[in-house]
Amino acid sequence: MDFSYTIFILIIPIAMFLLLGFFYNKIKPAVSGWIGVAGLTAVAGMSYYTAYQYFFNIPKVAGKFQTFFGFKMNWMNYILPKTEDLPERFLAIDMGILLDPISIMMMVVVSTISLMVHIYSRGYMKGDRGYTKFFAFLSLFTFAMMGLVVATNLFQIYVFWELVGVSSFLLIGYYYEKPSAVAAAKKAFIVTRFADLGFLIGILLMGYYGGSYDFMELNNPEGFNIILENAPQKFMGISVITTALILMFMGGAGKSAMFPLHIWLPDAMEGPTPVSALIHAATMVVAGVYLVARMFPMFHFFDDGFALHVVAWVGAISSLIAAIIALTQTDIKRVLAFSTMSQIGYMMLALGVSEYDGHEGLGYMASMWHLFSHAMFKALLFLAAGSVIHAVHSNYLKDMGGLRKYLPITNITFLIAALSISGFPLTAGFFSKDEILVAAFEHNKPIYFITLFVAGLTAFYMFRLYFGIFWGKKTAYEHTPHESPWSMTIPLMFLAFMSIASGYLPFSEWVTADREAIHGHIGLFSNLGAIHWDMAAIAIATGLLGIAIAWFFYKKPTDYPAKISAAFGRFYKWTFNKFYIDEVYLFITHKIIFKCISTPFAWFDKKVVDATMEGIGNKTVDVSKLIKGVQSGKIQDYAFAFAGGVFILVLIVMYML
Amino acid sequence: MIENVSIYELLTLTTLLFFIGLYGFLTRKNLITMLMAIELLLNTSVINFVVINKYLYPDVLQGVYFSIFIIAVAAAETALAISIIINLYRLKTSVDISETETMKY
Repeated sequence: MDFSYTIFILIIPIAMFLLLGFFYNKIKPAVSGWIGVAGLTAVAGMSYYTAYQYFFNIPKVAGKFQTFFGFKMNWMNYILPKTEDLPERFLAIDMGILLDPISIMMMVVVSTISLMVHIYSRGYMKGDRGYTKFFAFLSLFTFAMMGLVVATNLFQIYVFWELVGVSSFLLIGYYYEKPSAVAAAKKAFIVTRFADLGFLIGILLMGYYGGSYDFMELNNPEGFNIILENAPQKFMGISVITTALILMFMGGAGKSAMFPLHIWLPDAMEGPTPVSALIHAATMVVAGVYLVARMFPMFHFFDDGFALHVVAWVGAISSLIAAIIALTQTDIKRVLAFSTMSQIGYMMLALGVSEYDGHEGLGYMASMWHLFSHAMFKALLFLAAGSVIHAVHSNYLKDMGGLRKYLPITNITFLIAALSISGFPLTAGFFSKDEILVAAFEHNKPIYFITLFVAGLTAFYMFRLYFGIFWGKKTAYEHTPHESPWSMTIPLMFLAFMSIASGYLPFSEWVTADREAIHGHIGLFSNLGAIHWDMAAIAIATGLLGIAIAWFFYKKPTDYPAKISAAFGRFYKWTFNKFYIDEVYLFITHKIIFKCISTPFAWFDKKVVDATMEGIGNKTVDVSKLIKGVQSGKIQDYAFAFAGGVFILVLIVMYML
Repeated sequence: MIENVSIYELLTLTTLLFFIGLYGFLTRKNLITMLMAIELLLNTSVINFVVINKYLYPDVLQGVYFSIFIIAVAAAETALAISIIINLYRLKTSVDISETETMKY
């Protein structure tokens, strides 16, 4: 099968970026919007075609999906010199397009969400000054994210990893006149850069001890023993490969906003809402999950999956903390941001509890499935929230209420997404969450209970949001809110459809850790047959309980929420202030790092380095002040000096030579 | 060649003229006078060319030709200098050298 056309999936977005970026003063906004939509349609079409070819038309070998390369280029070669323990080895850095179930799934996710966001942005950003620039940045992001998901080796993933970081930075800081947006952009960039430092060290360790950057070589289970022989070093009881994996996961945790590196995500909501939907809900923030899934065989194998345990617990703790914080936030985008963090925690913990083979690899499949369905319903939630913000010009719950009459389409689509994320039966979230719960139950009971509890919290805060926006008190609006234009509601409707339909994709057949079908069912309703109804019943009950409480509290204005928050007292305040994690960071950076390290360095720089240079400069000025009188401007002085010089030269020639 | 006059006397004359010209150039404050001093300097070199040509290499004429060249160049240069001085006079209503001291550090 020839997949060489997949290179255009990368070329089209970068070409659009260059076109829109270089000529952004010359292209009319309407045209640039259409260029973006047309380009993304082509990209999405190719992604769907690739997925169709891959999953339906290519025969499996021994029941497994094969790996294909759409394009592969040897970029840089290194030789690792011979050492006492290790033989001389060759290390190659490649660029290429790797096609396997997870990369194709991610291609579909990224292109679908990006296309929807492009269409939506044509309405949402209408009349904005930097309209074309916005689409240029979106194209850059799409390029970077596509390059990330099709990466063939660790270095390529790192290069594109940084590129998505940059485009995220540019888009968060899109409203650059707003100081808070600038601060948020800087925060996001610095926090993720800090995490990427761990990623880079992990990659270098992996290259040195693992002997390769190539995913195919690294994740080949037959090569693990050779790697273990070559890398016997232990550090604090764990092998150096596991250390490398944990460091790489640190990079993934930074991008995926896992505790304690999550602090940038809520602030990132300063960006335009379509950006939040695309980057900070559906695609970029799942890059960490994707990274762990990509390296899954290594995570699973080394040190009996110690690194995977770290992943599981970080995911579980993040999902719990984020869900609790989300209960109290009043900015609707921030609620969604914490919800995103919580759901990504789900994906992480599902990967963390997964095994490799057969049915034991359920968690892996569940994680990827949840990634897919989450991308759909979370992008929908953000876009719907953007539609609400577009209508009432505020981010805060207190300015909303009773909007269901004014925004009927937004209301219905938001409800579908909220039901899906709450795990309401027969929605996509129900299926993927069910698989996560089963995987957690089978392998790690404490994590299962955390997951279940978080599921209840999720249902509650989602419906708190839903009732708060669309029901609740009657707010008097200055301008009567009106439904958004078609360009905004069509993506909402499509994503609402996907929020349900993606539950019926046969993921257990397509995307598994060992690439063999788990259940063996085929067909539209095979997922229903595979549901573990005992597990599902508990999850449904929890979800419905959360929804019911939210109904009871928020459907009509009541004073229960105030009473409950008063009863929790200090805990409520802690939660409202996001457990003061930001303040801890500020304390560490400002009080400790800046004061104890940066200030002395700054002193040294100013008083020693700069002072030396300035001293040289000042001395030069002093000397030139002394001798500048020579340049008097009097012709006769010059002539005298010249004649005198000639005279002396003549004397020298006459008497000394 | 002049009767009873040797090359030494003539060269002594031109040397004297040269230093007179140099002295004039270095000490005069009037730009016109300085220009005259420069002419003096040029004339010494012209005389030198002719004298050395006549006394040392009487068979050739290069020195004489050169003297003509120098006179032509000196005439052009003088025209230029005079025009500069006139412009300066229009600007400053003076031809004093101290008026030209603005081009300095």
